[in-house]
Amino acid sequence: MNNEELKLQVTAILPSATFEEGGDWLSAQIDAAEWKNFARTFRYTNGLEFDFLFCITCVDWKTHLSMVYHLTSTVHGHTIVIKAKLDRNDPSIETVADIWRTAEFHEREAYDLFGVKFLHHPDLRRLFMTDDHNGWPLRKDYEDPVNMIKL
Amino acid sequence: MANNQQHTDQAPFPGQVHPTAGGGIVVSKLDDIINWARANSLWPLVFGTSCCAIEMMSTASAKYDWSRFGFEVARATPRQADVIIIAGTIVNKMAPVLKRLYDQMADPKYVIAMGACATSGGPFFYNTYSVVKGADHVIPVDVYIAGCPPRPEALLHALISLQEKIRSGATREQIRQVNE
Repeated sequence: MNNEELKLQVTAILPSATFEEGGDWLSAQIDAAEWKNFARTFRYTNGLEFDFLFCITCVDWKTHLSMVYHLTSTVHGHTIVIKAKLDRNDPSIETVADIWRTAEFHEREAYDLFGVKFLHHPDLRRLFMTDDHNGWPLRKDYEDPVNMIKL
Repeated sequence: MANNQQHTDQAPFPGQVHPTAGGGIVVSKLDDIINWARANSLWPLVFGTSCCAIEMMSTASAKYDWSRFGFEVARATPRQADVIIIAGTIVNKMAPVLKRLYDQMADPKYVIAMGACATSGGPFFYNTYSVVKGADHVIPVDVYIAGCPPRPEALLHALISLQEKIRSGATREQIRQVNE
């Protein structure tokens, strides 16, 4: 399925989705509240079958956070990028660990470094940092414990 | 043993040979002999936390072959190891593990800090939230190696330097034992 066909499919499932042009992959911006249902549809609908979540990213835009999900289908060979804006003061989004098992650790990483709360995640603990660590290291306003270079 | 002539570049057996009829007698100090023996049989611990470990493996393999200098057997348990080569970055979460491994090693034990990360935090020195700025914040270090990562020749040089240090009784471990 090429990008134009994918775009039609996404619009059919979720009319409120908006798209970004320019990249190799189709990039769809969706509402964070719609993500869980959307993800399940994308994983299990015949013809789409996005069975591989190969990247989860969080971006701190200072005004808001943004979650980026890279999905691909090993059956059909098509790829899509899904983005969802989050409130920076209380970032939360539904987990997809029950749909793609790999998301369990990727979401823990995003929680560890950005503080995104993944609702109904089976085991949302810090991954790299110690359990008693304070703050979210990859946020733009994070102050390093010893700040030698002020950027 | 009576023939004290050296045909290798290894350090000579310590002591003097007193020739007598029917063979020579070596006169030496027990401490020197012990240090000589220890220096020539250093078993490293299998421990690597990042890219320096790749260079360390290269140093152990056929092309560089550190077993030529007595680093024959890398041990997978600290209880059988004499020297720990800190090959790589030590992050805050790794620090207690490193301390524990060091504590589990039997005396006498020696430490080599390999590369910039183990020496000072290296490329992670500025504004880090996760990296220990030098492994010597956690355990005492005998020999430091510069480089990112150091070449195998540099590691070999450090290992030989450690041997010289042991033979002259100048490692932290030996100084500590003398002071006690």
